[in-house]
Amino acid sequence: MQNPYLPYPVRIDEIITETEDKSLKTFKFVFLNPDDEKKFAYESGQFGELSIPGLGEIPIGIASSPMEKGFIKFTVFKTGKVTAYLHAMKEGDIMGVRGPLGHPFPWKTLEGKNIVIIGGGFAFTTLRSSIISILDPANRSKFKDIHVIYGARSPGMLLYKDEVTAWAEREDINMNITVDGTDDPAWKYLTGFVPTITEQKAPPGNDDTYAIVCGPPIMIKFTQPVLDNLGYSHDNILMSLENRMKCGIGICGRCNIGKKFVCKDGPVFTLSQLNQMPKEY
Amino acid sequence: MTEYTDKIKEISKRVLAEGRVEMVIGFRKGSVPMMNQPHLATSAESVDELVWDSNCGLNLANYITDKKGTIGIIAKGCDSRNIVTHVIENKIKRDQLYIIGVPCTGMIDHHKINAMFDSEILTVEESGDQITISGNGFSETKDKQELLQENCTVCTHRNPVEYDELAGNLVEEQKNVDQYASVTKVESLSADEKWNYFEDLLSPCIRCYACRNACPLCYCPTCFVDESRPQWVGKSQDPTDVKTFHLLRAYHCAGRCTDCGACERACPMGIKIREFTKKLNKDCQELYGWEAGLSLDERPPLDTFKTDDPDEFIK
Amino acid sequence: MKLIKIDQQSWNTGIEKAKSAYRVFGPVKEKNDHEFKLLEPNEMPDVHCQNTRLSPKSIIYPQSQIMFTYSLDESKEDCRIMKEVENVKSPMAIIGVRPCDALAFPIVRKNFDTPEYQDTYWIKAYEATTFVGLACNNACGTCFCTSAGTGPFGEEGLDVLIIADGDDLYAKPITPKGESFIQTAGWTMKAEASIESRIEELKTSAESSVTSSVPTDQLKNKTTLELYDAPFWEQEAFSCINCGTCTYVCPTCWCFDVQDETHGKSGIRMRNWDSCMFPLFTNHASGHNPRNAKHERLRQRFMHKLKYYVDKYDNGIQCVGCGRCIRLCPVNIDIRKICDKMNNFDADSCVCEATSS
Repeated sequence: MQNPYLPYPVRIDEIITETEDKSLKTFKFVFLNPDDEKKFAYESGQFGELSIPGLGEIPIGIASSPMEKGFIKFTVFKTGKVTAYLHAMKEGDIMGVRGPLGHPFPWKTLEGKNIVIIGGGFAFTTLRSSIISILDPANRSKFKDIHVIYGARSPGMLLYKDEVTAWAEREDINMNITVDGTDDPAWKYLTGFVPTITEQKAPPGNDDTYAIVCGPPIMIKFTQPVLDNLGYSHDNILMSLENRMKCGIGICGRCNIGKKFVCKDGPVFTLSQLNQMPKEY
Repeated sequence: MTEYTDKIKEISKRVLAEGRVEMVIGFRKGSVPMMNQPHLATSAESVDELVWDSNCGLNLANYITDKKGTIGIIAKGCDSRNIVTHVIENKIKRDQLYIIGVPCTGMIDHHKINAMFDSEILTVEESGDQITISGNGFSETKDKQELLQENCTVCTHRNPVEYDELAGNLVEEQKNVDQYASVTKVESLSADEKWNYFEDLLSPCIRCYACRNACPLCYCPTCFVDESRPQWVGKSQDPTDVKTFHLLRAYHCAGRCTDCGACERACPMGIKIREFTKKLNKDCQELYGWEAGLSLDERPPLDTFKTDDPDEFIK
Repeated sequence: MKLIKIDQQSWNTGIEKAKSAYRVFGPVKEKNDHEFKLLEPNEMPDVHCQNTRLSPKSIIYPQSQIMFTYSLDESKEDCRIMKEVENVKSPMAIIGVRPCDALAFPIVRKNFDTPEYQDTYWIKAYEATTFVGLACNNACGTCFCTSAGTGPFGEEGLDVLIIADGDDLYAKPITPKGESFIQTAGWTMKAEASIESRIEELKTSAESSVTSSVPTDQLKNKTTLELYDAPFWEQEAFSCINCGTCTYVCPTCWCFDVQDETHGKSGIRMRNWDSCMFPLFTNHASGHNPRNAKHERLRQRFMHKLKYYVDKYDNGIQCVGCGRCIRLCPVNIDIRKICDKMNNFDADSCVCEATSS
């Protein structure tokens, strides 16, 4: 019997400060036992529990892609006790990771489909993972058109800036990078809130087009009617939820929404599913 | 006290009908013996559920904390003192309230009564100062005085101190009670004996926080035991953490506790939680001549100061 | 049915013998109430206890349980690496488990032992334990086990059922685990065949002593969102003080919190019972709380037990009818009444009554 609460020991290999306000950092971990990397076989959309002895655990979406080997990455917003401590840790420090947890985006269903990825703020992490996976030469031909709408408050708050701007130069992905506002004359991308940009840039909905939406509640609230107007069926809108979690495996009881656990049955749900569930998230 | 019920209903219906209040908070009969339930009545129909008897030992001031609107509230002596404390501490405004005062002759102690019988108690009936306790194959009638909650046996404020209308005639206050007999006993113990006494007292605690949550004084938005930054107290059953919770909670209540007994009544494990708060009440009495909740015009001793304080620190 | 007769003498010696092979727990009166305790040598379980104040769940699933230890000593090789704590060292036996409490273990197992994940701590403790039940001859006024999938002589979750007829005890082995317990205790006397009808009589009489019944037949047919939006939650939650009593005394409540504690350079990762009644249970780090109001938390508790569980497992309700929450709730919130409201709720004929919060 495998103890599902036992984290894999990892070493912090690299820490990247992502945003100008330093509230978001990406941690690149390397497994101390190489075999653990195989056990941690994941798909884009899943999450892990970052474990810091003495502080506790936090559930964080996996920002790296399974196509990237030798490490896993998590981008963490500094908000509570554990994340504040993590932000103060250094490269070389030892901690733990448990996972992969939850269900990924439904990649089998998405094969042969157009995908519109809509992300806002620091919820872009599993979307980065997804885009890396999709754009991998081994995978790109499995999907049709890929649109991305990614918004941040300001240019300095964009995550993975080098990568997203590089994607904007590519032919095989339709990138729409936007900020709420900026006075930077060098800003060469879009300005406007995510729902507005979605209205302008997203392709119309049909059976062959899926939207993946991750972002703050306010963005989701205003993006949903836009997708409705564009003709997206609620079965074709995928969302990734967050709730307070501890165990991450559907046992400790706190993250439920009705009879579903966000950790174990989610975090990815279709909007159709969410429509049938209490609004407890 | 059961005769108050009709009067309570009459007043409640009147103040609701006149629009004086939007709701009345009182008790309705519970589904198990000796456990009446706090009840919010907003219509004449729901007022008809209101009752009054010796099983109304919870403190209804707990239900008006930061509440909006105009509220009728049934208040025995201790409830009225906690209402006063709430007004002083800005948890409610006096003019939001229509206080229906109930002169009290004490509440019966369900823990004590349950412990008196080996079999389950199925009914407890009250007639004047006689209480009849029955179960399968037994029925005993006892004087209510024998069955009172301990805080009620030493209560010297049975009449409400603040009210708009009374549901019955004022009762005679108890005289010559030794309010702090239990504290004096503990004070006389050696340090080791005290330690053992408190250890034993708190050993059944399951940290359900019923004592805290039944207490009208415990309205902090985040209790110190729930703080995570910094985390003051561990969350386990470690005896040190359990004691820390109880001792600190008692100190938060110092100079504010009315000895209403709601904490003890609520405790599912029957812990005598008042052993702590009572000691602080005694200190406040001895140091400041203070009893909580007797006047709307005076603040509790620990949140005020006097320029003529006899101690040096103020000068 | 093979029944073993146990007289008072062999009961006492049997329990003592069992103590050499098992850690034996049983109901003992402490202060004013009975609780399950690890029995000392020569200490006997009190078979006259109607039921313990707390359920025996903490024997399998302690309120505070250490899961891992770790060191923060940088000079050590295993610094910051979690090490599993073995929580079960020897077989256990719990004597005097009432059938309601026994049924709670298979219910709770659905949570801890899933196809995807096995909670090693709970499962090891559960598997190491022999459940020796005690049939109820007289139900409490708050018992409603017969509405909750069991009864005073219910056997589910038990390895042995002990039936008391006056001073005579009869043991009915239910599982191989139970048989080996009986063997260890040295109880070998076969009961006379006529006792079977006597036991049927006791069972019938015990069942008729259960005076509370709660209808649960319609819960499955209700729509989750309609029940969720029912107008009675705020009214029913008015008296609730959001303490953890109902959840902590409940044999089927299983939620927990995970906490790290460090002393000096060494520490533990532990779990502690948690309660859906506490605001902190679901509070996000951002401050947002999906179940912020007290009626939302009360609704979660009852919806979980009486709707979500029902729908998820198709195994009845997540309640065994022990009545502890009814007896111990400081403000008299009564699951029978709420279950009744849920079971009878008709969203179409519902006239919404405005209540203030």
